[in-house]
Amino acid sequence: MSALLFTALVLSLSAVAGFIGSLTGLGGGVIIVPALALALGVNIKYAIGASLVSVIATSSGAAAAYVREGFSNIRIGMLLEIATTLGAIAGAILAAHVSTHAIAIVFGLALLQAAYQSLFTTGPEVGALVASDALATKLRLGGDYPVDGKRQAYGVRNVPGGFSLMFGAGALSGLLGIGSGALKVIAMDRIMKIPFKVSTTTSNFMIGVTAAASAGVYLTRGYIDPRVAMPVMLGVLAGAFFGTKVLVQARVRTLRIVFGVVVLALAIEIIVNGITGKV
Amino acid sequence: MDDRRLETIIGNLLRVGVLLAAAVVFSGGALYLARHHADRVDFHQFSAGSAATHSFHGVIASTTHLNSQGLIQLGLLLLIATPVARVALAVVGFALEKDRLYAIVSLIVLAILAFSLMHAI
Repeated sequence: MSALLFTALVLSLSAVAGFIGSLTGLGGGVIIVPALALALGVNIKYAIGASLVSVIATSSGAAAAYVREGFSNIRIGMLLEIATTLGAIAGAILAAHVSTHAIAIVFGLALLQAAYQSLFTTGPEVGALVASDALATKLRLGGDYPVDGKRQAYGVRNVPGGFSLMFGAGALSGLLGIGSGALKVIAMDRIMKIPFKVSTTTSNFMIGVTAAASAGVYLTRGYIDPRVAMPVMLGVLAGAFFGTKVLVQARVRTLRIVFGVVVLALAIEIIVNGITGKV
Repeated sequence: MDDRRLETIIGNLLRVGVLLAAAVVFSGGALYLARHHADRVDFHQFSAGSAATHSFHGVIASTTHLNSQGLIQLGLLLLIATPVARVALAVVGFALEKDRLYAIVSLIVLAILAFSLMHAI
């Protein structure tokens, strides 16, 4: 394949991934890696290197918009980033020592989770607001967020539990070159009882920092090839930008189903290819 | 200076950083395609590749020689620097707020990032 054709194909694939990723809130990384590996025969190490770069781009690019909404909690984010960055370094080092087949299979499992989430999550479970426990109070983690034009205060629980799961989310991000936003949200929303909206926006803010922690390792190991990362980064950014501009609220449910089915198919294919040693 | 105001400033700086990085990557990409559009590419086999794109020194050196791949990689390094800058600005912000606990927390995150990126230098 010529360099021009390769660049054009990757650019288009990435633009679609970035667009859908921003509309569904699941990020582009989970589609871009299997798409590159399966459709274009790109080695999965180059694919995750390029994906990691695009994850940083979308997270940093969207930060201003999230702040404007007034939901994210910088203290919670910063504290948990100690766990995600350490996890990310561990994951990135692990990625160098396991076979590409094993990475493909673990990736497939992460895709299955994303497919399940896309198909069966009907919306955020509205958990009851809680009061902060002793440790969270000491760390001043509680905050407030806008509800119907008023500031609603919320508390935070189980910091050690959330912290541990965040280490795992970081490790997965470093191993697979994805944002692992879903796992970050679970740690905050389910484990730490932080309101869903605060969890998702704080997760977005953490994703870029987490990814930057594994980027150094990826760069040294040669996972970030400029010829692959260039069209991925530009494509995903362009796609995500249009995703935030286009208002297709009504069709998001349909889109999530389509996305879920596509991701499910990718999950099965990449697992099969990983087992048979083709990826 | 409160958290919200600090975050807004940081958010806008990050957006500028991302746009700058994208512009450098785009320039490098245009140069790369102008010179190498007909090259055969195959990324099926992973090889550690050239040192020119794997370290800060290599990237800077190849960029000064107007190497297109070095230029793309420089843009990617700028991009990787945006979240690092975000954490560094948070350290300053919390220090200005006289919030010692979170200034230290941010400093720890910054140290971990520095440790990781040190490998690439």
